[in-house]
Amino acid sequence: MSGFVSVLRREVNLSLRGGGEMLTLVLFFVIVGAIVPFAVGPDKVLLARIAPGIVWIAAFLAMLMGLEKLFGPDRADGTLGLYRLADTPLSAVVAAKVIAHWLTTALPLILASPIFALLLSMDLPTFWRTLVSLLIGTPALAGFGALGAALTVATRHGGLIAPILIAPLSVPVLIFGVGAISASGGPGQTGVATLLLAALSLMVVALTPFAAALAIDWGED
Amino acid sequence: MSIDTTPKMSWWNRLAHPGQFVILTKPLILPLTALTALLFAAGLWFAFFNSPADYQMGDTVRIMYVHVPTAWLSQFVYATMAVSAIGSLVWRHPMADVSMKTAAPLGAAFTAMALFTGSLWGRPTWGTFWEWDGRMTSTLVLLFIYLGIVALWRAFDDQLRAARVVAVFTLVGAVNIPIIKFSVDWWSTLHQPASVFRPDGPTMHGSILTPLFVMFFAFTFLFITLQLTAIHTEVRRRRITTLERRAARGETR
Repeated sequence: MSGFVSVLRREVNLSLRGGGEMLTLVLFFVIVGAIVPFAVGPDKVLLARIAPGIVWIAAFLAMLMGLEKLFGPDRADGTLGLYRLADTPLSAVVAAKVIAHWLTTALPLILASPIFALLLSMDLPTFWRTLVSLLIGTPALAGFGALGAALTVATRHGGLIAPILIAPLSVPVLIFGVGAISASGGPGQTGVATLLLAALSLMVVALTPFAAALAIDWGED
Repeated sequence: MSIDTTPKMSWWNRLAHPGQFVILTKPLILPLTALTALLFAAGLWFAFFNSPADYQMGDTVRIMYVHVPTAWLSQFVYATMAVSAIGSLVWRHPMADVSMKTAAPLGAAFTAMALFTGSLWGRPTWGTFWEWDGRMTSTLVLLFIYLGIVALWRAFDDQLRAARVVAVFTLVGAVNIPIIKFSVDWWSTLHQPASVFRPDGPTMHGSILTPLFVMFFAFTFLFITLQLTAIHTEVRRRRITTLERRAARGETR
């Protein structure tokens, strides 16, 4: 357990002291949202309608950006090799990294999401629902992200392949994430979508560390 | 009296040895090719000349004879890959690695064909080339998973290492298969539910069912033939790579 905590602390510290990488990611997130009105036109009604989708796409893309630093630097300097030999199981290390990844990428994005409410003229109830669905759904994206990063860590140009692997798996997260915000299917639908999103998130966070640990372990010799 | 020291290999062990596998299965390719050609000839004859046009859809119903078999194969090939992935991870079976690798592009091709023919069929009958319906969406996701697997294979230099990593991803992606199967029951949007394999029997007339089954076997044997040929090609490709490496190191033999 102490190994788990120290990996978690190390990862968070690295991100906090890593030269403003976290803020760059938040900036990327906001910019993706800000260029959409230029592409679809500044129609307030339309923007308010597609706002939940834009927020989720922006969060999805921003979380893909941070994937390469998840295992890449650790592999380059040999830390990953030590993790494989350590007493703490590799799956626990990966789990700590998933949590740290969520804390240092998803949480800042969620904190920055009020900007979207202003830019895309969302009303207050929609904004609250967006906040809740992001809080519930982004752990699943972090879990899939760790899996994608683990699968491609031993390749030469993994940065491009990880998003291709993760995107199809993340489709249900986006479906239920947006479904939890916009009640397109009737009043009862958002509650169901939120519950399904929560179930998905719990499953992914519980299972992906094991799959990712296997991929890392077997990807090395 | 001399003692025979050559190792006795059971057929199972011979299957695990790439060279022996090729020798053992080489004679199968010609009969399989002939059988596939025969089934296609019969199936296409049935499909075009000896089956009725649908009373509503007219001649477009004949698209079904390509669409349904390729759609079935898009899932069957993935099941083959998933079983190979288990064989690769649990028993480190060398041929499971190879079979997992060669099935991926075939599966992608069958999935693309199912989507393409479905789209052609959807235009005259549903009035749209594409709809974000449950089964179409999940099949599109399957295509992306196949292509991701192909990309992942190509990203590794060392194919033995690649096999184990790809196997993990293949098993994770297998979650999608039951979603595709039950998508028509969970989201009854546009695609019709299962019509052939149902507890209460097929909902199609025999005149359509016969050509469908013949085409079904034709496409399945096409996959088996192509898969076996691709396995042989892959085994030879790996042997050539090994020989090239040896030559580059200046070793003789």
